[in-house]
Amino acid sequence: MGILSRKATCNTHGQDSSYFLGWEEYEKNPYDEVKNPDGIIQTGLAENQLSFDLIESWLAKNPEAANFEREGQSIFRELALFQDYHGLPSFKNAMADFMSENRGNRVSFDPKKLVLTAGATSANETLMFCLADPGDAFLLPTPYYPGFDRDLKWRTGVEIVPIQCTSANGFRITKSALEEAYKQAQKLNLKVKGVLITNPSNPLGTTTTRTELNRLLDFVSRKNIHLISDEIYSGTVFTSTGFISVLEVLKEKKLENTDVSKRVHIVYSLSKDLGLPGFRVGVIYSNDDIVVAAATKMSSFGLISSQTQYLLSALLSDKNFTKNYLKENQIRLKNRHDKLVSGLEAVGIECLKSNAGLFCWVDMRHLLRSNTFEAEIELWKKIVYEVKLNISPGSSCHCNEPGWFRVCFANMSEETLKVALIRLKMFVDGPSSTTRSQSEHQRLKTLTKMKVSNWVLRLSFQDREPEER
Amino acid sequence: MVALTAEKQDQNLLSRMAAGDGHGEKSAYFDGWKAYEENPFHPIDRPDGVIQMGLAENQLCGDLMRKWVLEHPEASICTAEGVNQFSDIAIFQDYHGLPEFRQAVAKFMEKTRNNKVKFDPDRIVMSGGATGAHETVAFCLANPGDGFLVPTPYYPGFDRDLRWRTGVNLVPVTCHSSNGFKITAEALDAAYENARVSNIPVKGLLITNPSNPLGTTLDRDCLKSLVKFTNDKGIHLIADEIYAATTFGESEFISVAEVIDEIPDCNTDLIHIVYSLSKDMGLPGLRVGIVYSYNDRVVQIARKMSSFGLVSSQTQHLIAKMLSDEDFVDEFIRKSKLRLAERHAELTTGLDGLGIGWLKAGAGLFIWMDLRNLLKTATFDSEMELWRVIVHKVKLNVSPGGSCHCHEPGWFRVCFANMDYQTMETALERIRVFTCQIEEESLILTKPMAKKKKCWQSSLRLSFKDTRRFEEGFFSPHSPVPPSPLVRAQI
Repeated sequence: MGILSRKATCNTHGQDSSYFLGWEEYEKNPYDEVKNPDGIIQTGLAENQLSFDLIESWLAKNPEAANFEREGQSIFRELALFQDYHGLPSFKNAMADFMSENRGNRVSFDPKKLVLTAGATSANETLMFCLADPGDAFLLPTPYYPGFDRDLKWRTGVEIVPIQCTSANGFRITKSALEEAYKQAQKLNLKVKGVLITNPSNPLGTTTTRTELNRLLDFVSRKNIHLISDEIYSGTVFTSTGFISVLEVLKEKKLENTDVSKRVHIVYSLSKDLGLPGFRVGVIYSNDDIVVAAATKMSSFGLISSQTQYLLSALLSDKNFTKNYLKENQIRLKNRHDKLVSGLEAVGIECLKSNAGLFCWVDMRHLLRSNTFEAEIELWKKIVYEVKLNISPGSSCHCNEPGWFRVCFANMSEETLKVALIRLKMFVDGPSSTTRSQSEHQRLKTLTKMKVSNWVLRLSFQDREPEER
Repeated sequence: MVALTAEKQDQNLLSRMAAGDGHGEKSAYFDGWKAYEENPFHPIDRPDGVIQMGLAENQLCGDLMRKWVLEHPEASICTAEGVNQFSDIAIFQDYHGLPEFRQAVAKFMEKTRNNKVKFDPDRIVMSGGATGAHETVAFCLANPGDGFLVPTPYYPGFDRDLRWRTGVNLVPVTCHSSNGFKITAEALDAAYENARVSNIPVKGLLITNPSNPLGTTLDRDCLKSLVKFTNDKGIHLIADEIYAATTFGESEFISVAEVIDEIPDCNTDLIHIVYSLSKDMGLPGLRVGIVYSYNDRVVQIARKMSSFGLVSSQTQHLIAKMLSDEDFVDEFIRKSKLRLAERHAELTTGLDGLGIGWLKAGAGLFIWMDLRNLLKTATFDSEMELWRVIVHKVKLNVSPGGSCHCHEPGWFRVCFANMDYQTMETALERIRVFTCQIEEESLILTKPMAKKKKCWQSSLRLSFKDTRRFEEGFFSPHSPVPPSPLVRAQI
């Protein structure tokens, strides 16, 4: 329509991508163990639903926080009026401590450098507004979270130039890939303002290595550009070591209080670690005062509800709770991760070895009809519409090799995960396999029999390249 | 080659947006806030502190709200009664919003418009307060460099909300005190022409109804003519109705929603409403902003953009429960209006008694005070000088008209709904002392013998350029100061 803005009529919001289409299909026909056992299982949603009971039991033990009370007095009125974009001090303090705890207290966060935003979605967009002008570019390693296309580009006019990572080395960020991306941006006449990484990675589920972080710091230092580290999954690391925040490396290299440190910015959120995406709690952490000041003002466009700030400040200030939660959450995530990985292995499907995240990066290249993205989408459609699993195709994450899929494991019950694995097994094995439970088989038989027999003829099994970890 | 200073280097590294002043906070307007923050009034701890009369908040019905919250533990997802919903709500981030939230908000919007219109819950789009709503609407309707017409005086926050990150321009539609700041066809045409001459494609007209800072409401004919004007030009009409339920006395609020049905062949694709619970319900902390558009495409896109400022699901849940309690809502609106009327009367009666004029209006959380006669010269410099005296000497933070882009110097927005009765009395007393001092100073200058006269008996030495009508004021029986036949604002 001529009466709307270009932003309103373009597709940069990215929601026509397959990533979101799978969601739409799921919404039309959502799986329910009892009510809709033939529905689509949502394994495309990176949510952590494993540890609510821990929060609920905390609430039961802390009625004051639950009832908006402080020392027996209702503070609802004060909360109702509190709209200071600096945020509730107790909440920022608690958040700073929590972020530190998540990093084994190897680094500390200054609450004054924290900016509260409406989710990481808003944090990432706000950083773009602060660090780049329309037409500037940020370099992002592929594969990356599909939402970045909207969050970083849509209303800001910023471009994304990919840093191509490949399975040849486990999708690690190499120096040549960085340089190549920078050159590519220059060819496109785009001024590069920075690099944005997600650590731990979405969709890979891997933590960025110290080598990579050093490499990145050297790169941004040389090019005099920013480094944004989206650490939204920092609390989902389920190995005891492994997560290294870029702030730690800055400290190790004794670069704190230098120009470089002012160009390193962290994004965080409680949506993944605590499983509270509905509460819209995001954070920007920056050593640059101007960025903090500007971002704080911009946060007016998406402040965190005071009601939510209050609840979470009480929750996160309880150190017993946070310590126990982080530990227990890790155990449960690892458990669930291992189940998915072994379930897939049992049907000859491998995953990228990962130590974090709420998903696995699954290698289905051997199931592709041909080594093309068309074949990937064809496979994906079968998996969504016929196997009835919503998974995210690698192309929606800008992966440059077809055949990879992101499969989530933390947003469903263990039972549902079993059903999903059975469905996958049926899909891979074809109708010849008879070793499964009667009840599951009954449910899936009529659905998949005809379809599977068609697929068996078309599937070609390619040699898989050994993956370097 | 000249080396860049550290600051310059910094600015090159950051966006123009971050390094610039588009946020608007360097304006003198914020000095008053700073003065307040450094020395906030408290009746016991800081009786000489600055009284905050620059904050348009509705704090008069917090007790009703608190009582409801205490009596409805199920509205919280944290209490024993509500925790069974915790996990479902905590994971709910669908930008459509909770259906029960949208339904409850639609119903509330209907009630605050006296049930004269129906609102479709499917057109309700969330945003990060009205602040977020305005920015979203600007992103949807205008490209960088385009413009919106905005009648002056207007809420200073618009400069940031509509322009900062969007690159959109605001073109003032100048309104004058000579006709009570009403929007005239001439003013609209002049603004439209100004935009054309400045090469700013006009994309819409933004009105705030009831008005901030005036407190006036648009009558039916005026509203209709605004719809017709925008329809004829093929531009959007954005109606910020954030103060919808703050009418009191005989004032009637007519929403643009009511009027569009009365206009034949109205192109409703051009009609949009911005709303929020921050003023009507006094809940600014909960960040409940709404974009309501009659244009399907705008609803879709605004909804996608709402990802950048969704309402916390915990809050959606609470609001859904609260606003579904129709008895509570009806009672709340009724009591809120009564209390607003009372507090408004306290202030205006006090001002009447001191001979201070104000624009007659029946809505909002503030009055538009006329201090033109206290200016040394009819200039904005003089206005700022007077304002600094009011902030730093009288210790009242009020908003100078210049910050609201008022065309004429000498007007000030004074808020009254964010304080209790005693604080109001203290503020009035300070104004009384101030006007007395001015009187005495002016008498010393012009009539040295008269300086012993009691200030409330003397007439001001002011020179009146305009004739003013005597307003039939509301004389509160509680006013300690006898009314005097002095200046009233011309309506």
